[in-house]
Amino acid sequence: MNKVPNNRAWWLVLPVFILVAFSALIPLMTVVNYSVQDIFGPGNAYYVGTEWFKEVLNDERLQDSLLRQFAFSGAVLAIQIPLGISVALMMPKSGIKASLCLILLAIPLLIPWNVVGTIWQIFGRGDIGLFGWGLNALGLDYNYTGNTVDAWLTVLLMDVWHWTPLVALLCYSGLRAIPEAFYQAAEIDRASRWAVFRYIQLPRLKSVLVIAVLLRFMDSFMIYTEPFVLTGGGPGSSTTFLSQTLTTMAIGQFDIGRAAAFSLIYFLIVLLVSWLFFTAITHLDKEK
Amino acid sequence: MNYSRSKGMGMTLFIVLLLTPIYWLLNMSFKTNQEILGGLTLWPQNFTLANYAVIFSDSSWYSGYINSMIYVSMNMTITLLVALPAAYAFSRYKFVGDKHLFFWLLSNRMAPPAVFLLPFFQLYSSIGLFDTHIAVALAHCLFNVPLAVWILEGFMSGVPREYDEMAYIDGYSFPKFFVKIFLPMIRSGIGVAAFFAFMFSWVELLLARTLTSVDAQPIGAIMTRTIGASGIDWGVLAAAGVLTIIPGVLVVWFVRNHIAKGFALGRV
Repeated sequence: MNKVPNNRAWWLVLPVFILVAFSALIPLMTVVNYSVQDIFGPGNAYYVGTEWFKEVLNDERLQDSLLRQFAFSGAVLAIQIPLGISVALMMPKSGIKASLCLILLAIPLLIPWNVVGTIWQIFGRGDIGLFGWGLNALGLDYNYTGNTVDAWLTVLLMDVWHWTPLVALLCYSGLRAIPEAFYQAAEIDRASRWAVFRYIQLPRLKSVLVIAVLLRFMDSFMIYTEPFVLTGGGPGSSTTFLSQTLTTMAIGQFDIGRAAAFSLIYFLIVLLVSWLFFTAITHLDKEK
Repeated sequence: MNYSRSKGMGMTLFIVLLLTPIYWLLNMSFKTNQEILGGLTLWPQNFTLANYAVIFSDSSWYSGYINSMIYVSMNMTITLLVALPAAYAFSRYKFVGDKHLFFWLLSNRMAPPAVFLLPFFQLYSSIGLFDTHIAVALAHCLFNVPLAVWILEGFMSGVPREYDEMAYIDGYSFPKFFVKIFLPMIRSGIGVAAFFAFMFSWVELLLARTLTSVDAQPIGAIMTRTIGASGIDWGVLAAAGVLTIIPGVLVVWFVRNHIAKGFALGRV
């Protein structure tokens, strides 16, 4: 749509600007302020420049948790995107069945995140949970509170359970937007099912897939509540992701300067990736 | 392309796997603790509502649900009130700094809540809003307002601007046009935006827990209380979990026809 230049439109955005500035800019400035000071108490703070940043970048605990975070987000995307596309392809197209599928798919998305953790905490236990009990009955030695690999798999499985429906719903809405004529043409050409997917469905899914990858990357990169409830970050620190490391540092140990410097680096990584995706989306919008 | 049997089977299987953990929670909520710990049973042998009775008879339990409901509705109202005009401006006008502003808004949706934890705590404590519903509602605006602006902008761009011009020719003032003509045209978009505001405010716990202590404590924070001296009270925990799922299911029923479009942020 061609837009009209009009600077008075600022009045319409002003409420949003003030509200978000209040809840984003002020806290962010506080963080910046902390990150360059060493604070011993009220009125007892020293300017330390970039010391905290240097320390944070060389901190092995943080590097480990950053690596874990990237591994986790990568695994999440690698599983959820293909699975979500397949589920969307399997969904009924219309009628009561389609509505029913939509509602059932949306249920995991609407469960509070701590309850998601609780559900899997119960479900995975060897004594009272169906999943853990079933695996043990099959002769597998499964224990998510003691074994690192099991803990990882459980956190990953929980996230797949929780968020694959989002990818599926996005792709479903993308598929619905393809005109029926495209499929008819493919049928006349006797295109194989794979060809239909590769040359008709996949290209038209491009824009929703960018959104799906963006949302999944961001949310998995910020994951906190679910693993916190499920494993508490353990065993050891094997499932401690960035947000949890940060929260422990800021609230638990009250190590404010270091936590603030860490926050800014964390935020910058997310910002960089989101900028890449945002550019991709606006680029796709222009192509249309 | 016909809907084939194998697809139906695959879909059914996925849905069944999706619902199994939820069924297990539901199953446990109707059991006594002896039965839960005594061995694995696929359905309750001694069906009991005692776990739910605990929650509904203790005000420190059910007030958690009320608190959550209050700040979620506050958040939905604030979000929609500020996002509607802004989305209109973004969808209709070019103005100085519009692209940068849009990206800046978006970047707040991407900000990890953990980053804002400590500053939020201090900010709301210093202005005396700590442990109030409005504090949580305002904090949740951080990610809900940008998302609502994005969704609404997508829906509004779908309405041709000829409607706006026609309304001016017919002598409508801007506020009258906006409320009487424009809003009814994008009502499904408003429904979807409200749904998303509800969803993300309802499921978030990290900020909600940090900004409250007693009076406005959300249900998620209260649920940790089931861990007592004698171990975890699994039955009550499961019942509390089931009760947090119900509002979401009710809300999703109302937007079922628009939910797919909404998840694509109105861009399909």
